Amino acid sequence: MNGGAQAGDPSRVGRAGAPRSRGAEMCFGERLTRRQHWLRSALTSGPGIAWVVVFLVAPLVAIAVISFWTRGAYGEVEHLWTFGNYRRFMGFGLFGYDPLYPRIIARSLGLGAATAALSVLAGLPLAFFIAGLPERFRPVALTLVIIPFWTNLLVRTYAWQILLQAGGFLARAAAAAGLVDAGAPLYPSAGAVLVGMLCDYLPFLVLPLYASVEKIDWTLAEAAADLHADGLRAFRHAILPQILPGLVAGVILVFVPATGQFVIPDLLGGAKTVMLGNAIAQQFGPSRDWPFGSAIACLGMALVMLGLWAYARAAGRRGQEVL
Amino acid sequence: MRTDLPAIEIENVTRRFGEVTALAGVSVVIRQGEFFSLLGPSGCGKTTLLRIIGGLDWPDGGRIRIGGVDVEDIPAHRRPVNTVFQSYALFPHMTVFDNVSFGLRMKRVPRDEMVERTRKIMDIVEIEDLAGRRPAQLSGGQKQRVALARAVVNEPQVLLLDEPLGALDLKLRKQLQVELLALQRRLGITFVYVTHDQEEALVMSDRIAVMQAGRIEQMDEAEALYERPRKRFVAQFLGSCNLFDAAVEEREAANLAVRTSMGPLRVAAASAEEAAAVRDRFTLAIRPEKIALRPLGYGGRENAVAVRVEEVIYVGSETHYLLRTDGLTLRAEAMNVQAGPQGYERGQEAVAYFPPAALLALDD
Repeated sequence: MNGGAQAGDPSRVGRAGAPRSRGAEMCFGERLTRRQHWLRSALTSGPGIAWVVVFLVAPLVAIAVISFWTRGAYGEVEHLWTFGNYRRFMGFGLFGYDPLYPRIIARSLGLGAATAALSVLAGLPLAFFIAGLPERFRPVALTLVIIPFWTNLLVRTYAWQILLQAGGFLARAAAAAGLVDAGAPLYPSAGAVLVGMLCDYLPFLVLPLYASVEKIDWTLAEAAADLHADGLRAFRHAILPQILPGLVAGVILVFVPATGQFVIPDLLGGAKTVMLGNAIAQQFGPSRDWPFGSAIACLGMALVMLGLWAYARAAGRRGQEVL
Repeated sequence: MRTDLPAIEIENVTRRFGEVTALAGVSVVIRQGEFFSLLGPSGCGKTTLLRIIGGLDWPDGGRIRIGGVDVEDIPAHRRPVNTVFQSYALFPHMTVFDNVSFGLRMKRVPRDEMVERTRKIMDIVEIEDLAGRRPAQLSGGQKQRVALARAVVNEPQVLLLDEPLGALDLKLRKQLQVELLALQRRLGITFVYVTHDQEEALVMSDRIAVMQAGRIEQMDEAEALYERPRKRFVAQFLGSCNLFDAAVEEREAANLAVRTSMGPLRVAAASAEEAAAVRDRFTLAIRPEKIALRPLGYGGRENAVAVRVEEVIYVGSETHYLLRTDGLTLRAEAMNVQAGPQGYERGQEAVAYFPPAALLALDD
C-alpha cells in the first residue's frame, strides 16, 4: 500500500535506480582512465556540440548583441548600445506612435495560429482515415501525404496561382456556387493564403498525429460509451488524451515555421502585406539595418517561445507529458 | 424498470464476421437478479453476445430486449447496462476516483450525489484508499476492483462481465469469485458473466449456458448441468467424463438395458420420457468420481466390470485411477476419506461399479 505514489514517478525511479557515475564509469566493456574517457567524449559528442555552437548558438548570440547596437548612416553597424531598435519595434518611432511592427508580428502569429488550427481540422480526420485503412494501404497513404515535398515550395505555390486564377476551374466552381462573382479570381486573397499554407504544413501535423492515432486503445472508447458518454464526449475523454502528445507535437511543428513564412502570403496574398519573415529580410537586405532586423528576429523568437511555453503548460496540466 | 419482466430476452440473435459465424441463432431469457454465466471455449461467441447486449456490437438478425424494452435502436451509452471489461479498460490519465465517477459525470448526476455514490461504492469494493492513484500505480486485483466499481456505481439493470478475473492469479481469482458473488447478492443486480473457466462458472452461477461454435449447447442450473449433461461437448467441457459407445437392447420405463464393449449395463434415466428419447445407438457417459472401485470378488451384481488398475495418481484429497478393461481405458476418482494408505495399487485387479443413475445417455 505505501509508496505507491512514488512508484509512478519516473524521475524518482531514475534518480534512485541509476546512481550517477563518478568520473570514468561510462565505459563500453573496458576500463578507461579519466583522460581517456574525456578524450572519447570529446571525439564522439564534440563535433555535434561544436556544430551547434558555431552555427546556431554563436549566430543567435551575435543577433542578440547586434539588436542592441546602432545603424550607421550608411547601413554599417555602430557599436553604440541602445534600446532604440526595440522601442522602434514597439511602435515608438521618429514620427510618433505607429503600431506598424506590432501589427506585423500579430499578423504573423495569427497566420501561424490559423494555419495550425486549419491543419488540426484537416489533419485529425485524415490521420484517423489513414489509421483505419487496411494495413498494406497505410504506407501508400502516408507516402501520398509526403509527396508534395518532392516539389519545391515556390513551384507548388505558383501552381496554386494557376489553379485559383480567374477563369480557372476552381474559380468557376466557386462562382457557380455563388461564393464569388463570375469571372473573379480566387487569388490574391486571405483564403488563397490559407489554402497554400494548409497544403504546405499539413504533413508536419499529420505524421506525428498519425503515429499517435495508430496506437489508440479503442477499448477505452468502448468503455466510455458503455459508461454513458456520447460520441463527442467519448472522443474528448477516451481518445483525445491518447492522441494529445502527437497533436501537440504536430501543432508545434506547424505553428513555429508557419509564423516565419512569407513566401506564400506574398505569392497568394498579393504581396501587399508584410509578415515577420519579410520584415526581417527587408531590414537585413534593402534597408541595410541589421540592428533593427536583429531586434525583430529576437522579439519574434521570444514571442514564439512564450507561446509554446504557455501551450506546453496548458497541455501539461491535463496530465500529459508532452514536451 | 419493471421487475416482473425478464432482465434480458435474446431471440434468435445471429452475427457473422465475414466468413466466420460468431453467433448462429442464440435465444436466452435471463431472469431478474440472476447470476447468469456464458461458458465456452474461446471463439464460441460468448463475448460477442455480451458485446451485443451492451451495444458495443450489432446483431445481423434477431431481437434483444432489456427490461422488456427492445434495444435495437438504443446506442451503448443510453443502455441501462454497464460492462466490466476483460482488460479493465481503465482510463489511464484519470485518477481512480475520476474513473469510478466517470459514468455518473457523463449522466450529469448532481455533484454532491456523484461524490457520495462514488465514495460509497469505493468503500464497498474496498478501494477507498486508492482514490488519488492512477491505474498504472495499481496491482491487477486493485484494477479489477476499480473496473467493477466503475461499472456498478451506475446502478445498471444488468452488469455485463467479460472474463473479469481472467488476468489474475489463482488465489486472488478464488477470493474475488466469492466477493463478486457477495456483491451480486448485496446489490441484487442481474449479472451476465462470460468465462471459459468451468469451475468459476459452477462456483458463482445460478444458471449457466454452455456455448460452442455460436450456439448454446445446453442451459441449466449449475448442478443439473454437471449432473445431467445432454451433449457430449457439455459433458466434456464441464468437468471430465468417460465416454463410450452403447446400443439399446431393451427399454423398460426409465430403465435401459444397453450393450457396450464392456458388457451389458443398466442405465437409469431421470424419467420414462427421457429414456424413450434415447436413440438406439448413443454415447454413454460417466463422471470419473461416480465410478466406484471395489475389490475383486465383489462381482455378480449388475453394472460391475472387471478392470485392471493401470495407473494410480495420488493428488492429496483424492486419488485418480486409470482403469483398463477390454480395449477401453477409464478414468476414476475417489476421495481419500479414510486414514492411512488409500485404495488400490498399480497392476491390481479390481471391479468397477457403475451406478445405473450415474450413467448418462448423451444426445450426440
